[in-house]
Amino acid sequence: MQTISEQDRRLIEAMQDGLPLEPNPYAVIGRRIGMDEAEVLRRIAALQACGVIKRFGIIVRHRELGYLANAMVVWNVADEQAALLGRRLAKFDFVTLCYRRARRLPDWPYNLYCMIHGRDRKVVMQQLASIIDRCGLRGVPYRILFSRRRFKQCGARYLSRATELERPPVTARRAVGR
Amino acid sequence: MDARDRLIINELQGGFPICERPYAETGAKLGMSEDELIARIDRLLATETLSRFGPLYHAERMGGGLSLAAMRVPETDFDRVTQIVNAFPEVAHNYARDHELNMWFVISTEHPERVDEVMDEITRESGYAVYKMPKEQEFFIGLRLEA
Repeated sequence: MQTISEQDRRLIEAMQDGLPLEPNPYAVIGRRIGMDEAEVLRRIAALQACGVIKRFGIIVRHRELGYLANAMVVWNVADEQAALLGRRLAKFDFVTLCYRRARRLPDWPYNLYCMIHGRDRKVVMQQLASIIDRCGLRGVPYRILFSRRRFKQCGARYLSRATELERPPVTARRAVGR
Repeated sequence: MDARDRLIINELQGGFPICERPYAETGAKLGMSEDELIARIDRLLATETLSRFGPLYHAERMGGGLSLAAMRVPETDFDRVTQIVNAFPEVAHNYARDHELNMWFVISTEHPERVDEVMDEITRESGYAVYKMPKEQEFFIGLRLEA
C-alpha cells in the first residue's frame, strides 16, 4: 500500500470510466484535469511501473466472445503447497485468474482458487482433468462452481468522490442476466 | 464481430501504448487506420463485446479495499437479494454459481474499512450472512482469451 498524490488521484479518477476514443486520448484526459499531455504520459507510465495500474487495454466479456462456461474451481490444498500449486495452475492458458484465499472453516475448507473459461462445460471439464493430471492433484478435495447467471460485470470503481469534470463517452456498463 | 475485430481484441488484451497517438500506433501494427480502429473499439463497446477500455487498477496498491464475498441465498429470495447486492456501487462483479454458496461477488472500495461495512450493510438489508474470502496471494496471469 502506498500514498497516492492528489494529482495521481485526479488522473486515476479521470480514466476510471475508460479511455477517450479520440486520436489523442491522453491529451483529452489531461485537459479534463488541467495536466499537460507529457505529464499525463509520464504519470501513467509511473503508475504502471509501481503496479497501481495493473494493465492497460481492454476487458472482454467472456460470453460475448463465445466462452460460455465459466467455472470457479476451488481446492483444499496443504498450506505449504499452496504457493507452488498456485504458480503451476496460473501457467495453464485457460486459467484466467488464480488466487490463494483464506479458508472459512468449518463451512468452506478451500484455500486455492482458479477461474477457468471454456467454450462450454464439457471443454472446461476436460481442462480440469488435465490440470488434475499434470499438477498431481488427484485425491485433493475440490469443488467446481459453474456460473449460472451473470448479474453484474463492470469495471470496479476505485474512487467514489463526485466530480464535476466531464465524463468520457464510454461509461461502465452493467450486464443483467444472460 | 469479424476477423478485424478479433485482431483488435487479441492485440489489446496485451496492452495499449502510452504515447501521443496510441490508436495510430496500434492501428499501424494491425494494418488499419487510426479512424477505423477507434470506430471498431467504439462499436465493440456499444455492443458490449468489450466491457471496458482503459486502465485496470490495483485496488490495494491504491490504498483501497478488495475482497471476494459469497452468500447462501434461497432460490425463492434470489432476485430480491441480487437487487440489494447490485445496488452497491462497490460491487463490481456478481455471479450466480452452482453451490450452496450460490452468490459470489467482488467488493472494491476506496478505503479498506469500507469492505466490512458493505458486507454488514448487505447482511442487514438482505437478512443473510456474507462470507468474506479475502485474497492472500495472487498468482500472475497474462489474461488472454483468444477471440
